[in-house]
Amino acid sequence: MPLTPHLLVRRDPAARQRVFWALASLAALWPLLVLTEFKPWLLWEAGALTPALRFVADFVPPKMESEFLWLVARETWRTVAIATAGLTLALLLAIPLTLLSVRGLSMSALTGRMAPLPAAVRQLVRWLMIVLRSVPELIWALVFVRVVGLGPTAGVLAIALTFAGMLGKVYAEILESGDAHPAASLLRNGSGRLQTFLYALLPQSAAELTSYTLYRWECAIRSSAVLGFVGAGGLGQMMDASMKMFNGSEVATMLLVFMALVWVADCISAGLRKWLA
Amino acid sequence: MNITLEHCSARHPSAHRQAPAALRVLSLSVARGEQVAIIGPSGAGKTTLLHLLACALRPYEGALQLNGRNPWALPRSALQKLRGELFLAPQVPPLPPRQRVVTAVLAGRLPHESLWASVRSLFYPTDIALAERALTQFDVNDKLFERVDRLSGGERQRVGLARALASQAGLFLVDEPLSALDPTRSQQAIESLTTAARERGATLVTTLHHVEMALHNFPRIIGLRGGALAFDLPAAEVTPEHLRQLYDQHLDELTGSGPAASPDEPLAARPVAMPCR
Repeated sequence: MPLTPHLLVRRDPAARQRVFWALASLAALWPLLVLTEFKPWLLWEAGALTPALRFVADFVPPKMESEFLWLVARETWRTVAIATAGLTLALLLAIPLTLLSVRGLSMSALTGRMAPLPAAVRQLVRWLMIVLRSVPELIWALVFVRVVGLGPTAGVLAIALTFAGMLGKVYAEILESGDAHPAASLLRNGSGRLQTFLYALLPQSAAELTSYTLYRWECAIRSSAVLGFVGAGGLGQMMDASMKMFNGSEVATMLLVFMALVWVADCISAGLRKWLA
Repeated sequence: MNITLEHCSARHPSAHRQAPAALRVLSLSVARGEQVAIIGPSGAGKTTLLHLLACALRPYEGALQLNGRNPWALPRSALQKLRGELFLAPQVPPLPPRQRVVTAVLAGRLPHESLWASVRSLFYPTDIALAERALTQFDVNDKLFERVDRLSGGERQRVGLARALASQAGLFLVDEPLSALDPTRSQQAIESLTTAARERGATLVTTLHHVEMALHNFPRIIGLRGGALAFDLPAAEVTPEHLRQLYDQHLDELTGSGPAASPDEPLAARPVAMPCR
Protein backbone atom coordinates (compact mmCIF):
# COMPACT_ATOMS: atom_id res chain seq x y z
CA MET A 1 0.00 0.00 0.00
CA PRO A 2 1.38 3.39 -0.94
CA LEU A 3 0.10 5.12 2.17
CA THR A 4 2.80 6.75 4.25
CA PRO A 5 2.57 5.92 7.95
CA HIS A 6 2.09 9.48 9.20
CA LEU A 7 -1.14 9.78 7.23
CA LEU A 8 -2.57 6.89 9.22
CA VAL A 9 -2.18 8.61 12.58
CA ARG A 10 -5.61 10.11 13.16
CA ARG A 11 -6.20 12.84 15.67
CA ASP A 12 -8.39 12.32 18.72
CA PRO A 13 -11.58 14.25 17.89
CA ALA A 14 -12.42 14.72 21.57
CA ALA A 15 -9.10 16.31 22.53
CA ARG A 16 -10.08 19.92 21.92
CA GLN A 17 -13.23 19.53 24.01
CA ARG A 18 -11.23 18.04 26.85
CA VAL A 19 -8.74 20.91 26.88
CA PHE A 20 -11.57 23.42 26.77
CA TRP A 21 -13.40 21.96 29.76
CA ALA A 22 -10.18 21.63 31.76
CA LEU A 23 -9.38 25.32 31.19
CA ALA A 24 -13.00 26.32 31.81
CA SER A 25 -13.12 24.58 35.18
CA LEU A 26 -9.82 26.21 36.18
CA ALA A 27 -11.28 29.60 35.28
CA ALA A 28 -14.41 28.81 37.29
CA LEU A 29 -12.24 27.87 40.25
CA TRP A 30 -10.55 31.27 40.42
CA PRO A 31 -13.46 33.26 41.92
CA LEU A 32 -13.87 30.46 44.50
CA LEU A 33 -10.26 30.88 45.58
CA VAL A 34 -10.77 34.63 45.88
CA LEU A 35 -13.97 34.12 47.84
CA THR A 36 -12.32 31.75 50.32
CA GLU A 37 -9.34 34.10 50.75
CA PHE A 38 -6.99 31.32 49.78
CA LYS A 39 -3.56 32.82 50.35
CA PRO A 40 -1.15 29.98 51.07
CA TRP A 41 1.90 32.27 51.01
CA LEU A 42 0.75 33.70 54.35
CA LEU A 43 1.95 30.43 55.86
CA TRP A 44 5.55 31.30 55.06
CA GLU A 45 5.61 34.68 56.73
CA ALA A 46 7.97 34.52 59.69
CA GLY A 47 5.57 35.96 62.26
CA ALA A 48 2.77 33.56 61.40
CA LEU A 49 4.69 30.33 61.45
CA THR A 50 6.58 30.47 64.76
CA PRO A 51 3.66 30.35 67.21
CA ALA A 52 2.08 27.53 65.26
CA LEU A 53 5.35 25.60 65.19
CA ARG A 54 5.84 26.19 68.90
CA PHE A 55 2.38 24.77 69.60
CA VAL A 56 3.06 21.71 67.46
CA ALA A 57 6.53 21.26 68.96
CA ASP A 58 4.77 21.07 72.30
CA PHE A 59 3.08 17.86 71.08
CA VAL A 60 6.28 15.83 71.57
CA PRO A 61 6.65 14.00 73.77
CA PRO A 62 3.00 13.07 74.45
CA LYS A 63 2.12 13.16 78.12
CA MET A 64 2.43 9.64 79.53
CA GLU A 65 2.01 10.03 83.30
CA SER A 66 0.00 7.18 84.71
CA GLU A 67 -2.48 9.43 86.52
CA PHE A 68 -3.19 11.34 83.31
CA LEU A 69 -3.38 8.13 81.27
CA TRP A 70 -5.95 6.78 83.69
CA LEU A 71 -8.03 9.89 83.18
CA VAL A 72 -7.67 9.58 79.39
CA ALA A 73 -8.72 5.94 79.55
CA ARG A 74 -11.88 6.84 81.47
CA GLU A 75 -12.77 9.63 79.04
CA THR A 76 -11.98 7.37 76.06
CA TRP A 77 -14.43 4.87 77.42
CA ARG A 78 -16.98 7.64 77.75
CA THR A 79 -16.32 8.76 74.15
CA VAL A 80 -16.74 5.22 72.83
CA ALA A 81 -19.92 4.95 74.87
CA ILE A 82 -21.28 8.23 73.45
CA ALA A 83 -20.48 7.16 69.89
CA THR A 84 -21.92 3.67 70.33
CA ALA A 85 -25.06 4.76 72.13
CA GLY A 86 -25.59 7.56 69.60
CA LEU A 87 -25.13 5.22 66.67
CA THR A 88 -27.42 2.59 68.19
CA LEU A 89 -30.18 5.16 68.62
CA ALA A 90 -29.51 6.36 65.08
CA LEU A 91 -29.88 2.78 63.82
CA LEU A 92 -33.18 2.36 65.64
CA LEU A 93 -34.41 5.45 63.83
CA ALA A 94 -32.72 4.80 60.48
CA ILE A 95 -33.91 1.22 59.90
CA PRO A 96 -37.63 2.05 59.80
CA LEU A 97 -36.88 5.16 57.73
CA THR A 98 -34.88 3.03 55.28
CA LEU A 99 -37.60 0.41 54.99
CA LEU A 100 -40.15 3.13 54.34
CA SER A 101 -38.09 4.81 51.64
CA VAL A 102 -36.62 1.91 49.65
CA ARG A 103 -38.34 1.79 46.27
CA GLY A 104 -37.46 -1.87 45.78
CA LEU A 105 -40.02 -2.82 48.44
CA SER A 106 -42.90 -1.05 46.72
CA MET A 107 -45.71 -3.35 45.70
CA SER A 108 -47.46 -0.88 43.43
CA ALA A 109 -44.22 -0.18 41.53
CA LEU A 110 -44.10 -3.87 40.55
CA THR A 111 -46.52 -3.20 37.72
CA GLY A 112 -45.42 0.13 36.34
CA ARG A 113 -45.49 3.42 38.19
CA MET A 114 -45.66 3.61 41.96
CA ALA A 115 -49.11 4.60 43.24
CA PRO A 116 -49.39 8.25 44.40
CA LEU A 117 -49.82 7.59 48.13
CA PRO A 118 -46.78 5.31 48.59
CA ALA A 119 -44.73 7.64 46.38
CA ALA A 120 -45.70 10.57 48.60
CA VAL A 121 -44.83 8.65 51.77
CA ARG A 122 -41.42 7.75 50.36
CA GLN A 123 -40.79 11.36 49.38
CA LEU A 124 -41.81 12.60 52.83
CA VAL A 125 -39.48 10.13 54.53
CA ARG A 126 -36.67 11.28 52.27
CA TRP A 127 -37.33 14.91 53.18
CA LEU A 128 -37.40 14.01 56.87
CA MET A 129 -33.97 12.40 56.50
CA ILE A 130 -32.67 15.49 54.71
CA VAL A 131 -33.84 17.65 57.62
CA LEU A 132 -32.23 15.30 60.14
CA ARG A 133 -28.84 15.27 58.47
CA SER A 134 -28.65 18.82 57.16
CA VAL A 135 -28.61 20.23 60.70
CA PRO A 136 -25.01 19.70 61.88
CA GLU A 137 -24.66 17.59 64.99
CA LEU A 138 -22.98 20.56 66.66
CA ILE A 139 -26.24 22.53 66.42
CA TRP A 140 -28.30 19.60 67.66
CA ALA A 141 -25.84 19.30 70.56
CA LEU A 142 -26.17 23.00 71.42
CA VAL A 143 -29.96 22.55 71.39
CA PHE A 144 -29.84 19.48 73.61
CA VAL A 145 -27.29 20.99 75.99
CA ARG A 146 -29.95 23.56 76.76
CA VAL A 147 -32.59 20.85 77.25
CA VAL A 148 -30.74 18.14 79.18
CA GLY A 149 -27.79 20.17 80.46
CA LEU A 150 -24.05 19.67 79.99
CA GLY A 151 -22.93 16.07 79.63
CA PRO A 152 -22.86 13.03 77.38
CA THR A 153 -26.65 12.79 76.93
CA ALA A 154 -26.66 15.85 74.67
CA GLY A 155 -23.89 14.31 72.55
CA VAL A 156 -25.71 11.00 72.27
CA LEU A 157 -28.94 12.66 71.13
CA ALA A 158 -27.14 14.93 68.66
CA ILE A 159 -25.32 12.01 67.06
CA ALA A 160 -28.50 9.93 66.98
CA LEU A 161 -30.48 12.52 65.01
CA THR A 162 -27.84 13.55 62.46
CA PHE A 163 -26.59 10.03 61.89
CA ALA A 164 -30.09 8.63 61.50
CA GLY A 165 -30.51 10.90 58.49
CA MET A 166 -27.17 9.87 57.00
CA LEU A 167 -27.61 6.14 57.68
CA GLY A 168 -31.15 6.11 56.30
CA LYS A 169 -30.14 7.81 53.07
CA VAL A 170 -27.10 5.66 52.40
CA TYR A 171 -28.79 2.40 53.49
CA ALA A 172 -31.58 3.10 51.01
CA GLU A 173 -29.05 3.83 48.27
CA ILE A 174 -27.08 0.68 49.00
CA LEU A 175 -30.25 -1.43 48.93
CA GLU A 176 -31.42 0.18 45.71
CA SER A 177 -28.09 -0.24 43.94
CA GLY A 178 -28.21 -4.04 44.33
CA ASP A 179 -29.90 -6.41 41.90
CA ALA A 180 -33.66 -5.71 42.04
CA HIS A 181 -34.63 -9.04 40.49
CA PRO A 182 -34.69 -11.24 43.66
CA ALA A 183 -36.79 -8.73 45.61
CA ALA A 184 -39.24 -8.09 42.77
CA SER A 185 -39.63 -11.80 42.26
CA LEU A 186 -40.45 -12.50 45.93
CA LEU A 187 -42.96 -9.64 46.02
CA ARG A 188 -44.56 -10.91 42.82
CA ASN A 189 -45.00 -14.30 44.39
CA GLY A 190 -46.93 -12.78 47.27
CA SER A 191 -44.33 -12.30 50.02
CA GLY A 192 -44.60 -9.42 52.46
CA ARG A 193 -42.32 -6.38 52.33
CA LEU A 194 -40.37 -7.25 55.47
CA GLN A 195 -40.01 -10.86 54.36
CA THR A 196 -38.72 -9.63 51.02
CA PHE A 197 -36.26 -7.35 52.78
CA LEU A 198 -34.95 -10.22 54.91
CA TYR A 199 -34.83 -12.85 52.17
CA ALA A 200 -33.78 -10.82 49.10
CA LEU A 201 -32.33 -7.40 49.89
CA LEU A 202 -30.44 -8.10 53.11
CA PRO A 203 -28.37 -11.11 51.96
CA GLN A 204 -27.24 -9.11 48.93
CA SER A 205 -26.11 -6.02 50.74
CA ALA A 206 -25.23 -7.18 54.27
CA ALA A 207 -21.49 -6.61 53.82
CA GLU A 208 -21.86 -3.09 52.43
CA LEU A 209 -24.37 -2.16 55.12
CA THR A 210 -22.09 -3.45 57.87
CA SER A 211 -19.01 -1.73 56.58
CA TYR A 212 -20.85 1.56 56.15
CA THR A 213 -22.26 1.30 59.67
CA LEU A 214 -18.77 0.75 61.10
CA TYR A 215 -17.44 3.67 59.09
CA ARG A 216 -20.22 5.77 60.62
CA TRP A 217 -19.22 4.53 64.09
CA GLU A 218 -15.75 5.81 63.33
CA CYS A 219 -17.25 9.16 62.29
CA ALA A 220 -19.34 9.20 65.46
CA ILE A 221 -16.16 8.86 67.56
CA ARG A 222 -14.61 11.81 65.73
CA SER A 223 -17.77 13.78 65.97
CA SER A 224 -18.12 13.13 69.70
CA ALA A 225 -14.72 14.81 70.06
CA VAL A 226 -16.09 17.93 68.39
CA LEU A 227 -19.22 17.75 70.51
CA GLY A 228 -17.01 17.66 73.59
CA PHE A 229 -15.97 21.22 72.78
CA VAL A 230 -19.52 22.39 73.42
CA GLY A 231 -19.69 20.49 76.67
CA ALA A 232 -21.06 17.12 75.61
CA GLY A 233 -18.47 15.21 77.65
CA GLY A 234 -15.87 12.61 76.72
CA LEU A 235 -12.38 13.04 75.28
CA GLY A 236 -13.48 16.12 73.35
CA GLN A 237 -14.27 18.07 76.47
CA MET A 238 -10.93 17.07 77.96
CA MET A 239 -9.16 18.06 74.77
CA ASP A 240 -10.90 21.40 74.85
CA ALA A 241 -9.56 22.01 78.35
CA SER A 242 -6.01 21.05 77.32
CA MET A 243 -6.18 23.23 74.22
CA LYS A 244 -7.27 26.22 76.26
CA MET A 245 -4.21 25.75 78.44
CA PHE A 246 -1.96 25.31 75.38
CA ASN A 247 -0.93 21.92 76.73
CA GLY A 248 0.28 20.29 73.49
CA SER A 249 1.58 17.08 75.06
CA GLU A 250 -1.85 16.28 76.51
CA VAL A 251 -3.52 16.98 73.18
CA ALA A 252 -0.97 14.71 71.47
CA THR A 253 -1.81 11.80 73.79
CA MET A 254 -5.50 12.19 73.05
CA LEU A 255 -4.90 12.42 69.31
CA LEU A 256 -2.98 9.13 69.53
CA VAL A 257 -5.96 7.58 71.28
CA PHE A 258 -8.22 8.79 68.46
CA MET A 259 -5.92 7.24 65.86
CA ALA A 260 -5.98 3.96 67.77
CA LEU A 261 -9.79 4.00 67.92
CA VAL A 262 -10.10 4.65 64.18
CA TRP A 263 -7.59 1.90 63.50
CA VAL A 264 -9.61 -0.54 65.64
CA ALA A 265 -12.81 0.40 63.78
CA ASP A 266 -11.04 -0.18 60.49
CA CYS A 267 -9.83 -3.63 61.58
CA ILE A 268 -13.29 -4.69 62.75
CA SER A 269 -14.80 -3.46 59.50
CA ALA A 270 -12.26 -5.33 57.38
CA GLY A 271 -12.82 -8.52 59.39
CA LEU A 272 -16.60 -8.31 59.16
CA ARG A 273 -16.50 -7.60 55.43
CA LYS A 274 -14.37 -10.67 54.91
CA TRP A 275 -16.71 -12.75 57.02
CA LEU A 276 -19.85 -11.52 55.24
CA ALA A 277 -18.46 -11.52 51.69
CA MET B 1 -56.56 -22.50 39.81
CA ASN B 2 -58.39 -21.81 36.59
CA ILE B 3 -57.57 -18.92 34.31
CA THR B 4 -59.60 -16.94 31.79
CA LEU B 5 -58.13 -14.30 29.54
CA GLU B 6 -60.56 -12.28 27.43
CA HIS B 7 -59.22 -10.10 24.63
CA CYS B 8 -56.22 -9.09 26.71
CA SER B 9 -53.54 -6.76 25.39
CA ALA B 10 -50.43 -5.93 27.35
CA ARG B 11 -47.07 -4.30 26.99
CA HIS B 12 -44.08 -4.03 29.25
CA PRO B 13 -44.49 -1.08 31.67
CA SER B 14 -41.31 0.57 30.40
CA ALA B 15 -42.32 0.22 26.73
CA HIS B 16 -43.36 3.27 24.77
CA ARG B 17 -47.10 3.94 24.50
CA GLN B 18 -46.99 3.86 20.72
CA ALA B 19 -44.86 0.70 20.66
CA PRO B 20 -46.70 -2.38 19.39
CA ALA B 21 -48.12 -4.34 22.30
CA ALA B 22 -46.26 -7.49 23.31
CA LEU B 23 -49.61 -9.30 23.50
CA ARG B 24 -52.57 -8.41 21.33
CA VAL B 25 -56.22 -9.25 22.01
CA LEU B 26 -55.45 -12.65 23.40
CA SER B 27 -58.21 -14.93 24.66
CA LEU B 28 -57.45 -18.10 26.49
CA SER B 29 -58.77 -20.29 29.23
CA VAL B 30 -56.99 -22.90 31.30
CA ALA B 31 -58.83 -25.19 33.68
CA ARG B 32 -57.71 -26.19 37.16
CA GLY B 33 -55.00 -28.86 37.07
CA GLU B 34 -54.30 -28.46 33.39
CA GLN B 35 -50.74 -28.56 32.07
CA VAL B 36 -49.92 -26.23 29.21
CA ALA B 37 -46.73 -25.49 27.30
CA ILE B 38 -46.35 -22.19 25.46
CA ILE B 39 -44.05 -22.29 22.46
CA GLY B 40 -43.11 -19.76 19.86
CA PRO B 41 -40.15 -17.86 18.45
CA SER B 42 -38.21 -15.31 20.50
CA GLY B 43 -40.12 -12.10 21.02
CA ALA B 44 -43.48 -13.82 20.55
CA GLY B 45 -44.67 -12.58 23.95
CA LYS B 46 -44.28 -15.81 25.92
CA THR B 47 -42.75 -14.17 28.99
CA THR B 48 -45.23 -11.29 28.79
CA LEU B 49 -48.07 -13.80 28.81
CA LEU B 50 -46.66 -15.47 31.94
CA HIS B 51 -46.28 -12.09 33.64
CA LEU B 52 -49.84 -11.27 32.72
CA LEU B 53 -51.09 -14.51 34.27
CA ALA B 54 -48.92 -13.91 37.36
CA CYS B 55 -50.53 -10.50 37.98
CA ALA B 56 -47.07 -9.05 37.50
CA LEU B 57 -48.30 -7.07 34.51
CA ARG B 58 -51.59 -5.30 34.17
CA PRO B 59 -53.38 -5.73 30.83
CA TYR B 60 -54.27 -2.34 29.34
CA GLU B 61 -57.32 -3.81 27.76
CA GLY B 62 -59.31 -6.98 28.19
CA ALA B 63 -59.93 -8.91 31.38
CA LEU B 64 -58.02 -11.50 33.32
CA GLN B 65 -59.86 -13.81 35.70
CA LEU B 66 -58.22 -16.10 38.18
CA ASN B 67 -60.67 -18.52 39.80
CA GLY B 68 -63.45 -16.34 38.42
CA ARG B 69 -62.18 -13.13 40.05
CA ASN B 70 -60.56 -10.18 38.38
CA PRO B 71 -57.33 -9.69 40.37
CA TRP B 72 -56.98 -6.04 39.33
CA ALA B 73 -60.34 -5.18 40.85
CA LEU B 74 -59.15 -6.42 44.26
CA PRO B 75 -57.70 -4.13 46.91
CA ARG B 76 -53.92 -4.29 46.99
CA SER B 77 -53.68 -6.50 50.07
CA ALA B 78 -56.11 -9.01 48.59
CA LEU B 79 -54.16 -8.94 45.32
CA GLN B 80 -50.97 -9.66 47.23
CA LYS B 81 -52.71 -12.55 49.00
CA LEU B 82 -53.83 -13.87 45.63
CA ARG B 83 -50.27 -13.61 44.34
CA GLY B 84 -49.33 -15.99 47.14
CA GLU B 85 -51.54 -18.58 45.44
CA LEU B 86 -49.50 -18.48 42.26
CA PHE B 87 -45.83 -18.92 41.63
CA LEU B 88 -43.92 -17.24 38.83
CA ALA B 89 -40.48 -18.76 38.26
CA PRO B 90 -38.50 -16.36 36.06
CA GLN B 91 -36.01 -17.65 33.53
CA VAL B 92 -33.05 -16.21 35.43
CA PRO B 93 -33.35 -17.67 38.93
CA PRO B 94 -33.91 -14.73 41.31
CA LEU B 95 -31.46 -15.84 43.98
CA PRO B 96 -29.32 -13.40 45.96
CA PRO B 97 -25.68 -14.51 45.58
CA ARG B 98 -24.77 -14.68 49.26
CA GLN B 99 -27.84 -16.65 50.30
CA ARG B 100 -27.65 -20.33 51.10
CA VAL B 101 -29.55 -22.81 48.97
CA VAL B 102 -31.73 -23.94 51.87
CA THR B 103 -32.84 -20.36 52.56
CA ALA B 104 -33.38 -19.65 48.87
CA VAL B 105 -35.64 -22.70 48.52
CA LEU B 106 -37.59 -22.00 51.71
CA ALA B 107 -38.22 -18.46 50.46
CA GLY B 108 -40.86 -20.08 48.24
CA ARG B 109 -42.90 -20.61 51.40
CA LEU B 110 -42.85 -16.95 52.53
CA PRO B 111 -46.37 -15.97 51.36
CA HIS B 112 -47.83 -18.72 53.53
CA GLU B 113 -45.91 -18.11 56.72
CA SER B 114 -45.95 -15.35 59.27
CA LEU B 115 -43.24 -12.73 59.50
CA TRP B 116 -42.17 -14.18 62.83
CA ALA B 117 -41.81 -17.68 61.34
CA SER B 118 -39.73 -16.37 58.45
CA VAL B 119 -37.42 -14.46 60.81
CA ARG B 120 -37.01 -17.58 62.94
CA SER B 121 -36.20 -19.60 59.83
CA LEU B 122 -33.28 -17.26 59.11
CA PHE B 123 -31.67 -18.26 62.41
CA TYR B 124 -32.36 -21.95 62.00
CA PRO B 125 -34.14 -23.23 58.87
CA THR B 126 -37.50 -24.48 60.12
CA ASP B 127 -38.27 -27.00 57.41
CA ILE B 128 -35.00 -28.48 56.17
CA ALA B 129 -36.84 -31.63 55.11
CA LEU B 130 -39.14 -29.69 52.79
CA ALA B 131 -36.19 -27.96 51.13
CA GLU B 132 -34.34 -31.22 50.76
CA ARG B 133 -37.35 -33.00 49.24
CA ALA B 134 -37.77 -30.18 46.70
CA LEU B 135 -34.07 -30.22 45.83
CA THR B 136 -34.05 -34.00 45.48
CA GLN B 137 -36.65 -33.68 42.72
CA PHE B 138 -34.05 -31.84 40.68
CA ASP B 139 -31.04 -33.80 41.89
CA VAL B 140 -29.34 -30.90 43.64
CA ASN B 141 -29.96 -32.04 47.22
CA ASP B 142 -26.20 -32.30 47.80
CA LYS B 143 -26.02 -28.50 47.60
CA LEU B 144 -28.50 -27.97 50.45
CA PHE B 145 -26.18 -25.87 52.62
CA GLU B 146 -24.02 -24.39 49.85
CA ARG B 147 -24.11 -20.72 49.01
CA VAL B 148 -25.93 -19.77 45.81
CA ASP B 149 -22.92 -18.03 44.27
CA ARG B 150 -20.89 -21.24 44.52
CA LEU B 151 -23.31 -23.07 42.19
CA SER B 152 -23.10 -23.47 38.43
CA GLY B 153 -25.69 -21.85 36.18
CA GLY B 154 -27.61 -25.10 35.73
CA GLU B 155 -27.61 -25.83 39.45
CA ARG B 156 -28.90 -22.34 40.15
CA GLN B 157 -31.72 -22.84 37.69
CA ARG B 158 -32.67 -26.11 39.36
CA VAL B 159 -32.61 -24.45 42.80
CA GLY B 160 -34.98 -21.83 41.38
CA LEU B 161 -37.33 -24.62 40.28
CA ALA B 162 -37.04 -26.31 43.67
CA ARG B 163 -38.27 -23.06 45.22
CA ALA B 164 -41.42 -23.44 43.13
CA LEU B 165 -42.00 -26.89 44.61
CA ALA B 166 -41.47 -25.54 48.12
CA SER B 167 -44.22 -23.00 47.60
CA GLN B 168 -47.85 -23.84 48.20
CA ALA B 169 -49.09 -22.31 44.98
CA GLY B 170 -52.08 -23.56 43.01
CA LEU B 171 -50.74 -22.16 39.75
CA PHE B 172 -47.16 -22.58 38.55
CA LEU B 173 -45.97 -20.22 35.84
CA VAL B 174 -42.53 -21.33 34.79
CA ASP B 175 -40.47 -19.36 32.29
CA GLU B 176 -37.95 -21.35 30.25
CA PRO B 177 -37.08 -23.86 32.99
CA LEU B 178 -34.57 -25.69 30.80
CA SER B 179 -32.47 -22.89 29.30
CA ALA B 180 -29.35 -23.84 31.27
CA LEU B 181 -29.87 -27.61 31.53
CA ASP B 182 -28.51 -30.53 29.51
CA PRO B 183 -31.00 -32.95 27.85
CA THR B 184 -31.03 -35.54 30.68
CA ARG B 185 -31.48 -32.92 33.38
CA SER B 186 -34.13 -31.21 31.24
CA GLN B 187 -36.22 -34.35 31.02
CA GLN B 188 -35.88 -34.93 34.76
CA ALA B 189 -36.77 -31.32 35.57
CA ILE B 190 -39.87 -31.34 33.37
CA GLU B 191 -41.02 -34.64 34.83
CA SER B 192 -40.56 -33.34 38.38
CA LEU B 193 -42.54 -30.21 37.58
CA THR B 194 -45.41 -32.01 35.87
CA THR B 195 -45.58 -34.72 38.54
CA ALA B 196 -45.55 -32.20 41.38
CA ALA B 197 -48.28 -30.14 39.74
CA ARG B 198 -50.40 -33.23 39.13
CA GLU B 199 -49.98 -34.49 42.70
CA ARG B 200 -51.23 -31.26 44.24
CA GLY B 201 -53.82 -30.56 41.56
CA ALA B 202 -52.07 -27.35 40.58
CA THR B 203 -52.23 -25.73 37.18
CA LEU B 204 -48.94 -25.61 35.29
CA VAL B 205 -48.15 -23.15 32.50
CA THR B 206 -44.62 -23.31 31.09
CA THR B 207 -42.90 -21.51 28.27
CA LEU B 208 -40.46 -23.70 26.42
CA HIS B 209 -38.00 -23.14 23.64
CA HIS B 210 -37.52 -26.85 23.28
CA VAL B 211 -40.45 -27.92 21.10
CA GLU B 212 -39.80 -31.69 21.30
CA MET B 213 -39.78 -31.46 25.08
CA ALA B 214 -43.08 -29.59 25.02
CA LEU B 215 -44.77 -32.06 22.68
CA HIS B 216 -43.61 -35.06 24.73
CA ASN B 217 -44.48 -33.83 28.18
CA PHE B 218 -47.49 -31.56 27.88
CA PRO B 219 -51.00 -32.54 26.80
CA ARG B 220 -51.82 -29.05 25.52
CA ILE B 221 -49.65 -26.75 23.41
CA ILE B 222 -50.18 -23.05 22.82
CA GLY B 223 -48.31 -21.49 19.92
CA LEU B 224 -47.65 -17.75 20.23
CA ARG B 225 -46.41 -15.60 17.41
CA GLY B 226 -46.09 -11.83 17.27
CA GLY B 227 -48.11 -11.42 20.46
CA ALA B 228 -51.10 -13.34 19.16
CA LEU B 229 -52.37 -16.87 19.41
CA ALA B 230 -51.12 -19.00 16.48
CA PHE B 231 -52.72 -22.23 17.65
CA ASP B 232 -54.05 -23.86 20.82
CA LEU B 233 -54.16 -27.64 20.36
CA PRO B 234 -53.76 -30.94 22.13
CA ALA B 235 -50.14 -32.05 21.67
CA ALA B 236 -51.18 -34.97 19.46
CA GLU B 237 -52.77 -32.64 16.93
CA VAL B 238 -49.78 -30.35 16.51
CA THR B 239 -48.38 -31.13 13.06
CA PRO B 240 -44.96 -30.28 11.61
CA GLU B 241 -46.82 -27.84 9.37
CA HIS B 242 -48.09 -25.93 12.43
CA LEU B 243 -44.58 -25.72 13.78
CA ARG B 244 -43.10 -24.66 10.47
CA GLN B 245 -45.58 -21.81 10.23
CA LEU B 246 -45.06 -20.85 13.87
CA TYR B 247 -41.30 -20.66 13.49
CA ASP B 248 -41.33 -19.29 9.94
CA GLN B 249 -38.12 -17.26 9.53
CA HIS B 250 -36.99 -18.53 12.93
CA LEU B 251 -36.42 -22.13 11.84
CA ASP B 252 -33.07 -22.28 13.63
CA GLU B 253 -34.98 -21.98 16.93
CA LEU B 254 -37.17 -24.94 16.04
CA THR B 255 -34.23 -27.29 15.70
CA GLY B 256 -31.92 -25.85 18.33
CA SER B 257 -32.67 -25.89 22.01
CA GLY B 258 -33.14 -22.14 22.05
CA PRO B 259 -30.98 -19.25 23.09
CA ALA B 260 -29.08 -19.33 26.34
CA ALA B 261 -30.49 -17.83 29.49
CA SER B 262 -30.83 -14.09 29.33
CA PRO B 263 -32.49 -11.68 31.76
CA ASP B 264 -36.20 -11.53 31.04
CA GLU B 265 -36.34 -7.79 31.47
CA PRO B 266 -34.21 -5.10 29.88
CA LEU B 267 -31.44 -4.18 32.28
CA ALA B 268 -31.77 -0.56 33.28
CA ALA B 269 -28.55 1.33 33.95
CA ARG B 270 -27.98 1.03 37.67
CA PRO B 271 -27.19 4.02 39.81
CA VAL B 272 -23.52 4.10 40.70
CA ALA B 273 -22.89 2.59 44.12
CA MET B 274 -20.49 4.62 46.16
CA PRO B 275 -18.85 2.40 48.74
CA CYS B 276 -18.09 5.10 51.32
CA ARG B 277 -19.62 8.46 51.99
